[in-house]
Amino acid sequence: MITPVQVAVQITVQIVLVVAGAPLLTGMMRQVRARLEGRAGAGVLQPWRDLRKLARKEPITPQGTGWVFRLAPLVAAATVLVVAAVVPLTGTTSPLAGVGDLFAVVALLALGSVALALGGLDTGTAFGGMGASREMTVLALVEPTILMSIFALSVRVGSTNLGAIVTRTAEDPLDVVSPVSLFAAAALAIVTIAETGRIPMDNPATHLELTMIHEAMVLEYAGPDLALIEWASAARLGVLLGLLASLFAPWGIAGVGAGLAAVALAALILVIKVAVLGALLAAGEVFMAKLRLFRVPELLAGSFLMALLAVSASFFLG
Amino acid sequence: MIVDIQPGELIDQAAGLLDGGHRLALVSAQQEADGFTVVYLFAAAGPDRRTELRLRLAAAEPAVPSLAAISFPAGRFEREMRDLFGITPLGHPRPRRLVRHHHWPRGWYPMRADAGPTPAFGDPEGPYPFVTVEGPGVYEIPVGPVHAGLIEPGHFRFSVVGETILKLKARLWFVHKGIEKLFEGRTPAEGLPLAERVSGDTTVGHALAYCLAIEAATGTDVPQQAQRGRALLLELERLYNHVTDLGALCNDVAYGILHAHAGRVRERLLRINAQVTGHRLLRGGITLGGVTLRALPDPDDLAAIAADAAEIAALALGHTVVADRFTGTAILTTQAAHDLGTLGYVARASGLDRDARRDHPFVDLGDFPVATKIDGDVLARFQVRTDEIATSIDLINRLLGGASSSIAPSVGGSGSSGVGIAEGWRGTIVHRVQLETGGRLVRVKIVDPSFFNWPALPVALGGAIVPDFPLANKSFNLSYAGNDL
Repeated sequence: MITPVQVAVQITVQIVLVVAGAPLLTGMMRQVRARLEGRAGAGVLQPWRDLRKLARKEPITPQGTGWVFRLAPLVAAATVLVVAAVVPLTGTTSPLAGVGDLFAVVALLALGSVALALGGLDTGTAFGGMGASREMTVLALVEPTILMSIFALSVRVGSTNLGAIVTRTAEDPLDVVSPVSLFAAAALAIVTIAETGRIPMDNPATHLELTMIHEAMVLEYAGPDLALIEWASAARLGVLLGLLASLFAPWGIAGVGAGLAAVALAALILVIKVAVLGALLAAGEVFMAKLRLFRVPELLAGSFLMALLAVSASFFLG
Repeated sequence: MIVDIQPGELIDQAAGLLDGGHRLALVSAQQEADGFTVVYLFAAAGPDRRTELRLRLAAAEPAVPSLAAISFPAGRFEREMRDLFGITPLGHPRPRRLVRHHHWPRGWYPMRADAGPTPAFGDPEGPYPFVTVEGPGVYEIPVGPVHAGLIEPGHFRFSVVGETILKLKARLWFVHKGIEKLFEGRTPAEGLPLAERVSGDTTVGHALAYCLAIEAATGTDVPQQAQRGRALLLELERLYNHVTDLGALCNDVAYGILHAHAGRVRERLLRINAQVTGHRLLRGGITLGGVTLRALPDPDDLAAIAADAAEIAALALGHTVVADRFTGTAILTTQAAHDLGTLGYVARASGLDRDARRDHPFVDLGDFPVATKIDGDVLARFQVRTDEIATSIDLINRLLGGASSSIAPSVGGSGSSGVGIAEGWRGTIVHRVQLETGGRLVRVKIVDPSFFNWPALPVALGGAIVPDFPLANKSFNLSYAGNDL
């Protein structure tokens, strides 16, 4: 039986993990990259130091911008927080069954992206518009893949509820190596890279404003607003990696009615899984270069194809 | 060879020289007591020929017939001359301002004798609008002059449909330092530190061209071992800049690991520079009449660096995504490269076989391959520079024997002019100096290859996409400081 206490504990643990851990994840990934490239690196704590520095600055908004610009960072951060609270990261218990749904999660994350794109457009600068246009192009190409992958994963369970999907996979671990699951995992992994603006889609470390996608969109933000956006992008990456881990490697996740100890253990295992995934992603980036912008749709078309194969496989093999 | 001519003869004489294989290397104006003198320097290779056409103009309303119709670089030199001296090019098809800062007061010409101290900004010369590109979906992206990274100031105006560049206009000229004016009245020795600082990454190239010009003006014979030492420093400068840019090009396509390793190789080269001259960027090596070398580079170190650089280049081009980003990006055709008068690796990557080390030698280097490619894209510029690294190391090994600190017994003489030509890492650098009877400098004209190469960048980018601009720009890697003196 799901008790309110357990739900509260699980939500609290997940939010604390994401809030505190997301910048550390970014720092860890940068450090892995630096070490693999033979550089010393700034240390795992650097993103937190950057956030502290930005948060202390005076908030400034460009002339001519309105409430859309000021609201966008809050919406972006809030949507990630809601997602962090409801997705099954440490336990399959879904406190808000209606929101702990793949469609809802995807829509929430898209809402954050759209808010930032609108904020970019609100500045009226060429860069804001350029970044927003590129971000929307990527988003439009990513959405079909996500929907297809969800469809493939939910067919077995008969539900798009994340808790249900994760529970089913946890009960039947061999499902993970089925073609359905493998194709869907590959498709979602590519989508995660695109959604979070990593190489080869976008380069989060670049200073070249003309090549940016995500960074061009948020170029006019400064101070605490920028800190919020930086945190939200780190958290988005953390949540998406956590979700990938829960969907395709749900071992160690706390089941319904698990005690506090189980939730604590699940939190520890989650941290390890996300750290491993992040390190793998960072290591992969070392060997990748950024694609020409017009090649990005080709890669995303490939991921869509894999999602489509996952659906076909679920029909023929399921 | 110096030919005094009348304004009416200029166009025919210049056309004759250009048809005879010369290129316009430099145009230098100079104010004198009774008017202006304008010198057009033409240079040709194989054998090394230099011809100066000299015009004298009256003090009131000075004007020259424009050569813009027969030479594109001439049109730019004329605009520069008009902005700095107030000499009007008659019949210029595009007599717009070039060097002039928007806020310089009307009628103020900084290179004139009566220019005085820098005036306050004000009374601008009127609007200078960008050409508007119209059509469905066309919009403008203004970039700069303040950029996100550590880049010199330049304003770029993209007219774009979707991501495709329809037109790019580069407006530079935000860093006028009056460096040519600062030379006036200095002794040649006092001018050398200025020449070293024309463009921070081209210390040796500019110092060498300046010293060669002074030595030509004063008739100084520089010892052979000193010339070899200078050639060695020139190659060291080429090496560290080429290695840096190979890494920077990889970084621009987010292939950071090669950037990190190019940075490592660059650091080794800078330490060698410090051993050889006492300065990581090679300042103080070239001296008037000679060269000062504290040590010579170790051939084994250089061989290791050559292997490292070759491996970095091979890894970059072996990566399918990097190769895809480089190939076919920002193509500068041979015809365009020729018409614009481009120099250096930009010209060589577009199939023009130009290298002042061979064409205007100051020391015999023996036979060496001049790297050329015909494609004119980012890949070609990358490959040319890769090949030049190997050639440079080969040349340094040749020069090690017989290069040593040495200086001409005396550098003196007066009242004449001289030209120095050196192949810096970006391309051919030309300095022309004029000395007064007391031996002080009355006029120094500096031409960095960037002056010729900047117009090629927008031409190469026609039809490219906006996100490829930084990569294309880096593949040209032109100097703002050397361009805007």
